[in-house]
Amino acid sequence: MWEIIKANQRKSFFLFTLMGIVLIGLGFVIGWGYDPQGGGAFIGIIVALLIFGIMSLVAVKSGAKIMLSASNAKEVTPDVHPQLFNVVEEMRIAAGMTKMPKVYIINTDAPNAFAAGMSPDNAVVAVTAGLLARMNRDELQGVIAHEMSHVVNRDIRFMTLAGVMMGAIVIISEVFLRSLFLGAGRGRKGGGQGQIIIMIIALALAILAPIMAQLLYFAISRKREYLADASAVRLTRYPEGLASALEKIASNTAEMPMANKVTAPMYICNPLKKKGMKMSDLSSTHPPISERIRILRAMAGGAGLANYQKAFSSVTGKNKTIIPGAELNNQENPEFRETAGMAAFADSKTTARTSHDIMMKVDNYTFINCDCGMKLKVPADFTGKTIDCPRCGVKHEIQ
Amino acid sequence: MIALWIILGIVVVLIFMVVGMYNALIRLRNQVKNAWAQIDVQLKRRHDLIPNLIETVKGYMVHERQTLESITNARANAMSAGTISDKIKAEGELTNLMGRLQVAVEAYPDLKANQNFLALQEELTSTENKISYSRQSYNDQVLFYNNKKQTFPTNIIAGMFNFKDEVFFEIQDQAEKAVPKVSFS
Repeated sequence: MWEIIKANQRKSFFLFTLMGIVLIGLGFVIGWGYDPQGGGAFIGIIVALLIFGIMSLVAVKSGAKIMLSASNAKEVTPDVHPQLFNVVEEMRIAAGMTKMPKVYIINTDAPNAFAAGMSPDNAVVAVTAGLLARMNRDELQGVIAHEMSHVVNRDIRFMTLAGVMMGAIVIISEVFLRSLFLGAGRGRKGGGQGQIIIMIIALALAILAPIMAQLLYFAISRKREYLADASAVRLTRYPEGLASALEKIASNTAEMPMANKVTAPMYICNPLKKKGMKMSDLSSTHPPISERIRILRAMAGGAGLANYQKAFSSVTGKNKTIIPGAELNNQENPEFRETAGMAAFADSKTTARTSHDIMMKVDNYTFINCDCGMKLKVPADFTGKTIDCPRCGVKHEIQ
Repeated sequence: MIALWIILGIVVVLIFMVVGMYNALIRLRNQVKNAWAQIDVQLKRRHDLIPNLIETVKGYMVHERQTLESITNARANAMSAGTISDKIKAEGELTNLMGRLQVAVEAYPDLKANQNFLALQEELTSTENKISYSRQSYNDQVLFYNNKKQTFPTNIIAGMFNFKDEVFFEIQDQAEKAVPKVSFS
């Protein structure tokens, strides 16, 4: 994996630098526009970099925390969902990570998952209750492998910084545009024709820069998704698991209410699907799901990164490099493994019930199975020592 | 004078490069060792799970007495194996038998309805997965290390400090890879 991470960093660095130039250019022009004679341009650059610096410090230090609390995720212990923990640990082993990631469950029925954490040592994996209810073991494994690949490939770190830079650009443009319209009363004496021209350039840049930054950000994000898919298959050796997981996620139309355009790249599938919008357009954070599925299903001969690249080229017909070349030379063709053969619940009624049960478990409900077949669900703040079964009236003790 | 500085500069750069490559090799070799230790951890976990499993299924799987017995024996063999090749062989045997048991379970609907067993089955599936993933990760690490060691310019450093190639963990018996056959007799 080492080569791929390095090649990744080189490639991302280019796009990142491009965004940085946009940021500095914005600061330069705005500063210059306000004070063409003095060091306005210089101050503008400093202010732009300061804003970015402070924002990225906050994001790096507590980005995971912010994202988890914004999505209402709760850290859980293995007894809430043993299989989830097992699968996470399997992927930790396969990826050669030394520390077990923290596991969070999000109480919503929309199936989705995301990863957070700046390095493999402080990784976080969060999945929704709806995902757990719908996936079988192989599919869950595919999803987790995809998410952990984001962490191992250092996508999270990079996307956080890129997201922050995009945020800084948006904020600076916004503040400038507003001050321009509101602060008309502040007289700018002595500003000749030159200053007006510079102000017009600044205005144009302030309008265009956020759009450019966003397009760059989304372009990076899409590329990272393919790479995470490829790495996931390399870890699980079972492309069908991820393919059918994506299929199930795609068939669900519920939106994740707590996701937004900046956090979207961290999810396995775009959490903000708008109906009727073409998924492959430039402002999408994820490649179209149908294409991702077709690539996974077209993988033949092996589960290596080179196999994914081959499948990508044959499905899309594009000659784009998804996997940096250095890694391709030294990969063998790893064999696929067999399915774990554990079925998921097929019908929507059972799925809904399972998903609801998981949510209750996350909220520390106690479950008691009565002999009459009734399943009692006791909330954590229930104070009584015993509870009667509403159907047969048998008393149950609460531990 | 300038020539002297240039030579000095080149020497310093060379030293940094050698140190860097040496450290990279050491780091990769440690990862190989680490991955090997992981396999051991997972194998031990399987040994710990087996008595519990036998206890749970014994009452149900009356026709599989022989399989259960051979699992118990294989576990004892694996735990007492001295050399690495013995160990690989015994664990391979155990993997084979566990696979057979997992298939045989399909014939016992009562067992599949048992909550304890279902939890245990998840643990077993996961342990078998963890074993094969730790093996996979070990082979990955060996591949990275060997690649680094054999490619220019690191191969010079590896030669100087006598780094050795690591060996892959191969399943020796081709039959082990095949799907275990079950006979219901």
